[in-house]
Amino acid sequence: MANASAHALAITGVDHFFGQMQALAGISLAVAPGELVALLGPSGCGKTTLLQIIAGFIRPTRGEVTLGGARIDHVPANRRRIGMVFQNYALFPHLSVFENVAYGLRARRAADAVIRTKVAEMLALVKMTDLAERYPGALSGGQQQRVALARAMAIEPAVVLLDEPFSALDKNLRLDMQIEIKSLFKGAGITSIMVTHDQEEALSMADRIAVMNDGRIEQIDTPNALYDRPTSLFVNRFIGHSNFLRGTMVSADRVRLDAGVELPLSSSRRFRPDAPVIVAVRPENCALAEATQDGVPATIRVTLPLGPSEVIEAVTPSGEHLKIHRPRSPTTPVLEPGAAVCIRFADPTGVGVFSRPNATLPVTTGDIL
Amino acid sequence: MKSFVKANRNLLPALPLAIVFLVAFLLPLVVLVYLSLFRTPQFTEMGPDQYVRFVSDSFSIQVLADTLLLGAEVAMLSLLLAFPLGLVYVAGGAALRSVIMFLILMPLLTSSVVRTFAWIVILGREGIVNSVMLAFGLWGAPARMLYTWNGLVVALTQIQLPLMALPVINSLLKVDPNLLKAAEGLGAGRIRAFFTVILPLTLPGALAGWLLVFAAATAAFITQTLVGGGRIILMPSLIYQQAMGAQEWPFSAALSLIFTAAVICVVATIGAVARRRMRGLDAA
Repeated sequence: MANASAHALAITGVDHFFGQMQALAGISLAVAPGELVALLGPSGCGKTTLLQIIAGFIRPTRGEVTLGGARIDHVPANRRRIGMVFQNYALFPHLSVFENVAYGLRARRAADAVIRTKVAEMLALVKMTDLAERYPGALSGGQQQRVALARAMAIEPAVVLLDEPFSALDKNLRLDMQIEIKSLFKGAGITSIMVTHDQEEALSMADRIAVMNDGRIEQIDTPNALYDRPTSLFVNRFIGHSNFLRGTMVSADRVRLDAGVELPLSSSRRFRPDAPVIVAVRPENCALAEATQDGVPATIRVTLPLGPSEVIEAVTPSGEHLKIHRPRSPTTPVLEPGAAVCIRFADPTGVGVFSRPNATLPVTTGDIL
Repeated sequence: MKSFVKANRNLLPALPLAIVFLVAFLLPLVVLVYLSLFRTPQFTEMGPDQYVRFVSDSFSIQVLADTLLLGAEVAMLSLLLAFPLGLVYVAGGAALRSVIMFLILMPLLTSSVVRTFAWIVILGREGIVNSVMLAFGLWGAPARMLYTWNGLVVALTQIQLPLMALPVINSLLKVDPNLLKAAEGLGAGRIRAFFTVILPLTLPGALAGWLLVFAAATAAFITQTLVGGGRIILMPSLIYQQAMGAQEWPFSAALSLIFTAAVICVVATIGAVARRRMRGLDAA
């Protein structure tokens, strides 16, 4: 459901340099009205610079930013109608909650009656009506975030930008605020862009995620597509958890793993025969089979029982460590360290193949639990 | 007694300073109060005559009012100069900042006598300003700036500016740059953002600087005397005249106490008014 104030935001061919250092390279991104897009990446990837360009605090070296079809990259920040929620909320400490929310309306010289109505509406929306006379210093982190949100939305912005919005909240409150903000934005049809380095946050909040690395967008896709079909090794490593195995292409659709087996691939990849590759497979896509069966041979190293599921770490003859995440029940046999097993990939379409420029294997990252 | 010493053991390091204060400040103050209560310079009878004399003497009251006005004018002018300076400092890079900081601190490293003589050279009849203006034909005749009220205000402002610039810069540095971005993003222009965000948030620093400069300017005996010449009579020189010239020790003691009380009154009143406007700042 899109509302009247929702606009499409488009970024086309944006480059940005800080002196000699290129912070952004060829960024293009289109955000549909009412869509929530997350910019996800490690620190220093350029996601905050991109957000500042959209907000108008930085003018891009090259490229265009358009809002509802009109170019805004040369419009000063105070005429853009873009609401921003800062990482530290940036509430005005000398103004009450009411005056914080009213600030943008006063800057637009709205009439007092209009201001009272609008602020009351915004405070009701974020459930802060009772605390209107408080000062920010007397609010909890979650309350400060609600005020920051109400302040950004009071000016009826075309787009709301969120900079690491949940990083200052503790874990329980974080989930509550995520649910609240997502339902608020979806209900009002607000177009928004969120910057985060936390993949869980991006996966749970965003309609689409742009994974950024080294000033470029690696992949833009829905959370599930990013997880299931990452197009680069970086995205595969950054989103979720993966096991990586060295291999060499035998033909366009078969790969020979260093661990000692030859696997068919679900579709032909863009690799020549004999090309060195890395095969990536998610821990939940690994299944244990009898050691005699066809699959990757491995030795159990350790088992972590987690109640309804368990994580097993095994090592291949070629020395690669594999994690296996599988459901557990009272009848599941317990695997002792040292047991010889065979690992099969349950869904061949979920196996990723990426080029291997050098012999090193990427370190597995991310939190499996 | 023993338990009292034990309970306040952590105050012990402050003892040397406490003794200095007691001997060099509190004791003379008590002596001053005692002296001011004599009816005549011969120290024969006691009574409140010196205070009655001040209240009934319109000249002394005028001198006190002038002195407080001088302090207020110097403090205001310093404030107006310190803010732009502070904004340039905060916006500047490391190199510019160290240059500005050096320029602010340098006057503090020279004696106020030296700085005052520099102003005499600048403002005098044959001084730099007059020479330049006459040489360019901008002024027909040398203007009198030395021994004038405005000349004194300008010289005192330059001399006391560090006391204002340092606290103002300190509080400008503490303003979160994101607050300015937030104001801008909400539609405020730079001027609006300055008056609604920067100025209220730097009020504590501006207040501290204002009170320091005010107190220092009212008591700047050397500069007042040399730049003001004999023509402008202010409290410090009046007290000096009464004590050293006229040997009116009881009256000069009373003048000193009245002057001190008046400065404290101004400082306390302005501090109280300003603090009421700074709600929310302490909690942040």
